Amino acid sequence: MVAGFVFARSMALAEWPNVSAVRLKAGFPAYSASLPQRPASDLLSSAPPSLFGFTKATSPLGEARSLQTKASHALYIHIPFCIRKCHYCDFVSYPGRSPAEMAAYCTDLEREMALVAGKWLPGPAATVYIGGGTPTVLPACNLEQLLAAVDRFFGRRQGAEVTIEANPGTVDGAKLRALAAAGVNRLSLGVQAFDDDLLRAMGRIHRRRDIYRAWELARRAGFNNVNLDLIFGLPGQDLDAWRAALKEAVALQPEHIAAYSLQVEEDTPWGRLAAAGDLPLPGEELELVMYQEARQILAAAGYKQYEISNFARPGYHCRHNLTYWLNGPYLGLGAAAASHWQGRRWRNYSELHRYRHALSSSRLPREEIETLTPRQQMAETMFMGLRLMAGVDLEAFRQRFGVDACTVYAREIECLYRAGLIEEKDGRLKLTEKGLPLANEVFVEFI
Amino acid sequence: MTEQNYIRNFCIIAHIDHGKSTLADRLLEYTGALSKREMVDQVLDTLELERERGITIKLQAVRLHYRSRDGKEYVLNLIDTPGHVDFTYEVSRSLAACEGALLVVDAAQGIEAQTLANVYLALEHNLEIIPVINKIDLPNAEPERVRREIEDIIGLDASEAILASAKTGVGTEAILEAIVRRIPPPRGDREAPLKALIFDSIFDSYRGAIPYIRIVEGRVQKGDRIRFMATGAEFEVNEVGVFTPAPRPVITLAAGEVGFLSASIRNVKDTRVGDTITSATRPAKNPLPGYRKVMPMVYCGLFPVDSEEFDSLRDALEKLQLNDASLRFEPETSVALGFGFRCGFLGLLHMEIIQERLEREYGLELITTAPSVVYRVVRTDGQVEEVDNPTALPAPNMIDHIEEPYVEATIMTPKEYVGPVMELCQEKHGTFLNMDYLSEQRVALKYDLPLAEIIYDFFDQLKSRTRGYASLDYEVKGYRPAELVKMDILINNEVVDALSVITHRDQAYHRGRALVERLRQLIPRQLFDVPIQAAIGSRVIARETIPAMRKNVLAKCYGGDVTRKRKLLEKQKEGKKRMKQVGTVEIPQEAFMAVLKVGKS
Repeated sequence: MVAGFVFARSMALAEWPNVSAVRLKAGFPAYSASLPQRPASDLLSSAPPSLFGFTKATSPLGEARSLQTKASHALYIHIPFCIRKCHYCDFVSYPGRSPAEMAAYCTDLEREMALVAGKWLPGPAATVYIGGGTPTVLPACNLEQLLAAVDRFFGRRQGAEVTIEANPGTVDGAKLRALAAAGVNRLSLGVQAFDDDLLRAMGRIHRRRDIYRAWELARRAGFNNVNLDLIFGLPGQDLDAWRAALKEAVALQPEHIAAYSLQVEEDTPWGRLAAAGDLPLPGEELELVMYQEARQILAAAGYKQYEISNFARPGYHCRHNLTYWLNGPYLGLGAAAASHWQGRRWRNYSELHRYRHALSSSRLPREEIETLTPRQQMAETMFMGLRLMAGVDLEAFRQRFGVDACTVYAREIECLYRAGLIEEKDGRLKLTEKGLPLANEVFVEFI
Repeated sequence: MTEQNYIRNFCIIAHIDHGKSTLADRLLEYTGALSKREMVDQVLDTLELERERGITIKLQAVRLHYRSRDGKEYVLNLIDTPGHVDFTYEVSRSLAACEGALLVVDAAQGIEAQTLANVYLALEHNLEIIPVINKIDLPNAEPERVRREIEDIIGLDASEAILASAKTGVGTEAILEAIVRRIPPPRGDREAPLKALIFDSIFDSYRGAIPYIRIVEGRVQKGDRIRFMATGAEFEVNEVGVFTPAPRPVITLAAGEVGFLSASIRNVKDTRVGDTITSATRPAKNPLPGYRKVMPMVYCGLFPVDSEEFDSLRDALEKLQLNDASLRFEPETSVALGFGFRCGFLGLLHMEIIQERLEREYGLELITTAPSVVYRVVRTDGQVEEVDNPTALPAPNMIDHIEEPYVEATIMTPKEYVGPVMELCQEKHGTFLNMDYLSEQRVALKYDLPLAEIIYDFFDQLKSRTRGYASLDYEVKGYRPAELVKMDILINNEVVDALSVITHRDQAYHRGRALVERLRQLIPRQLFDVPIQAAIGSRVIARETIPAMRKNVLAKCYGGDVTRKRKLLEKQKEGKKRMKQVGTVEIPQEAFMAVLKVGKS
């Protein structure tokens, strides 16, 4: 049994109760003769491929199945503060705010939790993810207070994954110990690069020695599930520098590594430099080589790629992020946080005063509320799911939407298949080796 | 009806940017035709486009009331003229409706070629010319130098030239007084059979085509039966009126007066500029002189990006044609671009204006192919055919020779740029005619040049080689044989018909090279290598390759902000939609105009 089916199916039932009413007879379009074709029953009964290279018992998806017996969801908490904005960062984050402002924000967050929990009655969270900004700019007491509030208003399921993002320059032993004690069991370190010149050029506040210090402290505080974020395709970064960074990261033996390709965003210092032609970016060809290099080095070191940018040792996938990729439900708390709940998406106000103002009059601080059409939900399921190496489970798709993806996207899938960008294997539609670095070209077809 | 002694009909001749519209505004304001509050800047330019580009495309006419220092009240009719070479014929018709003209010259820049051409036109019509030296408030104004230029170049007495600043209002009253004093009143027998000159017409969706007219002889009023002498069409007048500038009905328009009439005319084709309106019951013997049917000089293909918009494009072109009798179009089919229209225009500016109006006013997304002139192809069997589309060129073995349209170009330039200008004209297959020293500093050069060069990049080259100091005017002269070849562009080994051009044989290599290079920059990477070739017949003369796309992937997680991801993908999709799929290659709109832009990159 492919665990992911069940996960997705039960979500679908929660979100779209009329599934059975609109379910259509599954039919493959004509071209499917060229694709491996098996009856659905066969798909369901056949032994699952080892999706993520480890056994069902430890699989996050296997776990997800058991979690589905009750409504289960992910909780995201945004901390929009940092010491200084990095030159490439376009996340909502306000640098240099006072401790008083940050404390006040935490109080607002608690208010929001009360409102959100009261409105949706979501029950205990399967995963909690505290992201930013730099969540660890908050003093330990504020973070403890937040996690206590999560327990009070939502609760955590047994074995819940609780992640916090940390900047290597903003952690100390006491803070890490306090976080571990408060139930944080996964740490995501924003390492980005090991080279001090690169770090300086990026506008990062930390340096190479901070990475090693933070790493030591994290292990000493008992964190045995740690992710390192790395970025490639940086201006001035060559292949050797990237290789060296990967090797240093691997040498630390973290449980998880995320290797992101630099995304130059318009409204950032680097975006402006790039627009003026003044940013020495490595270019498409070299970026691709860097990407393939990362995949090779990480695979050789025992990290299995399970998403376009994410690599993990067996059993250490980020379960929270899997909820996004499987197009599952999550609630976002805090300024600019995004939510996906009961067929709708929304985003909280980004501006702190608007966020606060809404809460002080007991309103949810939401904007851009969007009710997704079935067609949009299908598109999102496709383009998020295709990010996973395991691809999109076609049977789960049919269970969720009552139609066959190969019918809805007959023309698109055929084109992409012919172009050699996607393939169907064991009932799953996934990117090919060729399609992986061209994923956007694939995704856009489902829009 | 105003007594002729108290009427003055005048227009303003000026180069683009020399301040014509601003001056017109001052006159309107001064005579109280508009209060300051009502003034939208530059009232005469009604089209949004005109205001943006600072040029007048369609003519307007305004009646001003002015009490002169002699204590009498005068009616001054200001007839605006388009300031671009594309519209020379229209200019000549509006000049024919006047007795005088203000010649506005920028005090810093002096006389330009376009101005000179129009002054000569005005002199041909025996207009009284009042020189106005404008922008004297500019720090680099040299009114005395410009005064001498007017005298040396045009041979006008400029001793009484009015120094003015339309911006600050200096000189406005002096101009109005000069109009009253120096421009003769109109003469014309008001009892003779009606002769009215059409100098413009507009289309009003309620009242139909409305001709703007100058009554030369006789009179016209509501209920009269009228005849258009060129077309023979007859209508009954249901309103006559004047512009104040808002249209206002009057009882009669009589010889010497300027205004409009409305007669439920369904199409502007019936109200052709230059035609004479007469009475159907008491017709004039002969029409007024000077009427001719305007012929398009430049053709291009217009194709909807979305092939389903073909019908909307036809509707829009039909509507624009109601307003613009010089616009021509007929259906065209392109292998690369599908169904569209081959459209004829008076010139490049006219073409750009129509294109922009289609996109802005009718919300159409268009692909425009490179403009072409009308070639005359003489077949081996002696048959002659006109070809305005490179793809319609017969096979080489069927062609005896090809002739192309030539213009006589007048280029005015400061003397230090004479060398570069002559060099440019040589490169462009020009034939030197003569050279005149207009003053110690300025030279007028006359060349015969292929019209195709003018619409290609001649003007841009001229501007850049003379740092913008030269000005150009031209007049079509006729046809001459030339060594011309058709150059095809192959994208991914397929000929893209919409990119074919006809070019001089000796320029083909250079243009082919530049074009494939430009296309390589414009066409985004595809999922495979895309070769781009320029070829004459089966001989490839230039080649470039667009390497395949290697990487396009969104790395970041965006904290679960799937909406944002979706929006990014939607944007990418939108970009794809605006491209045209030719074979398996997606080509952006701009690529089809690249043929024109290669000289500029």
